[in-house]
Amino acid sequence: MLQDYISSGSKATRDGFGEALYEVGAQNENVMALCADLVASLKMQKFIDHFPTRFVQTGIAEANMIGIAAGLATAGKIPYTGTFANFSTGRVYDQIRQSVAYSHKNVKICASHAGLTLGEDGATHQILEDIGMMRMVPGMTVINPCDFNQTKAATKAIAEYYGPVYLRFGRPNWPNIMSDTKFEIGKAVIMNEGTDVTIIATGHLVWNALEAARNLEAKGISVYLINIHTIKPLDEEAILDAVSKTKCVVTCEEHQINGGLGDAVANVLARNFPSPQEYVAVKDSFGESGNPMDLLIKYGLGTADVEAAALKVLERKG
Amino acid sequence: MAEIAELKKIATQVRRDILRQVHGCASGHPGGSLGCADFFTALYFEIMDHDPSFNMKAAGEDVFFLSNGHISPVWYSTLARAGYFPIAELATFRKLNSRVQGHPATHEGLPGIRVASGSLGQGLSVAIGMAIAKKLDGDDKLVFALTGDGELQEGQIWEAVMFAPHNKIDNLIVTVDLNGRQIDGDTKDVLSLGDIEGKWRTFGWEVLNIQDGNDMEEIVKVLHQAKSMSGQGKPIVILMRTEMGYPIDFMVGTHKWHGAAPNDAQLENALGQLEETLGDY
Repeated sequence: MLQDYISSGSKATRDGFGEALYEVGAQNENVMALCADLVASLKMQKFIDHFPTRFVQTGIAEANMIGIAAGLATAGKIPYTGTFANFSTGRVYDQIRQSVAYSHKNVKICASHAGLTLGEDGATHQILEDIGMMRMVPGMTVINPCDFNQTKAATKAIAEYYGPVYLRFGRPNWPNIMSDTKFEIGKAVIMNEGTDVTIIATGHLVWNALEAARNLEAKGISVYLINIHTIKPLDEEAILDAVSKTKCVVTCEEHQINGGLGDAVANVLARNFPSPQEYVAVKDSFGESGNPMDLLIKYGLGTADVEAAALKVLERKG
Repeated sequence: MAEIAELKKIATQVRRDILRQVHGCASGHPGGSLGCADFFTALYFEIMDHDPSFNMKAAGEDVFFLSNGHISPVWYSTLARAGYFPIAELATFRKLNSRVQGHPATHEGLPGIRVASGSLGQGLSVAIGMAIAKKLDGDDKLVFALTGDGELQEGQIWEAVMFAPHNKIDNLIVTVDLNGRQIDGDTKDVLSLGDIEGKWRTFGWEVLNIQDGNDMEEIVKVLHQAKSMSGQGKPIVILMRTEMGYPIDFMVGTHKWHGAAPNDAQLENALGQLEETLGDY
């Protein structure tokens, strides 16, 4: 139910990562952390303080970091690599493809500062293509949690799963709404079961979708709201359950319109249950400098944009 | 210690295997493979303490990573001759539904391969990861890696070259196959490596040289020397000068055989220059 999701305050998803990294490190001595000169940004210091020998500082050399992680994983370690999402994916795509994914190494690629909400640093650092790149890689699990608690839970869950994972999170403080204990890779969280329109959101935009859903419900529109933290493997059953009831869908992501969550959902629907769909996503452009909230609004990812997309798709459904 | 004569016999058979593999599928990279046959034979039949029953983690054994994966035929033959998988499987090289892929891969489960390689520049980093893990686990065995010389043009190599001395990765022995040739021509013309020894030394590596990488005696001697220098705070690199295509008379002295397979007549000619020492597959 929508009213069950109350923000317990704002915290950054990357802080959830840092806390959980320390906790999985304490629980499992095979867990290691690697960083390419962004320890403070990735919130890795607590892990380093407690397990200094299990931390590898590679310097500003991301390709080498991914390769070292593959070697560590070959020997049975569980390496978590940390840098910005931009340098975790595009910069090292080939290393991920060959040394990690094709070689089926148990490497956890942990990527902070994803998307527009990185803010003032601007488009050089605001990657909006990473979900697309990573979901194209065979065998890669792609997870984009929505808040501090869900990032914390995801960071722990991936240690228990054998295989390459891309874990995407962000920089800003963000409303914390989820439980920090429940997390199942590949299992969508149904936040509300409605009948008029399905809204499927991932990452930070779950909050915008939740606010939009509340506004829509206040207008008498019944919303089926899904928090889809795992984009690959995608919970097709949950999506089809929802859309078979509402007959239309809005997808919301802090990512390009091409290749991300929206396309993943469209793929499922095209093969199983073709339905009107609207995308809340960046429309094939780069970002720019600015504060996170202003950027989300300028690029069409705000709460009002989710509402407008829902109204539009309802109209198309007829 | 294996007799040098025995090692030479194995290397000769490995060379026959290389030629027959690439001929069998009319593709592959015979030049660099032939040039490195002596090195691979020395590594697997004399230098490394390894277990052909194959365990991915390589705990308690020496381990080898091939970064320049295109010379896969020499590695496949060596692994098969060392008992990692049936020798007959070499006949499936580069063919559909084979474990013996064009470039080394773990995907089909071929014993002896621990990471895919082929896209160049990545293997040294992976070897460093394995070396770090061995140190953490108190495993005193060594990590070996081979790179090509053209491969040194990749940026990632230098990230790894800078990393290893800073972190005192002294259980790592890297060999560079200095055959001086790459697909587009001689390395000195395509992109010169300059003072290669000076480059590694100033990055902080112990540098050893093999003047003739097709002289089994020298290879074995220098690899033993490298082993004896491990554990002393520095990573070790061996600059090994080889002749691409060695010893086939029409394959040496050119980069033409980097990535081209011999036809029937050329195969017959080449095999005529190599005694069948251990029996063909």
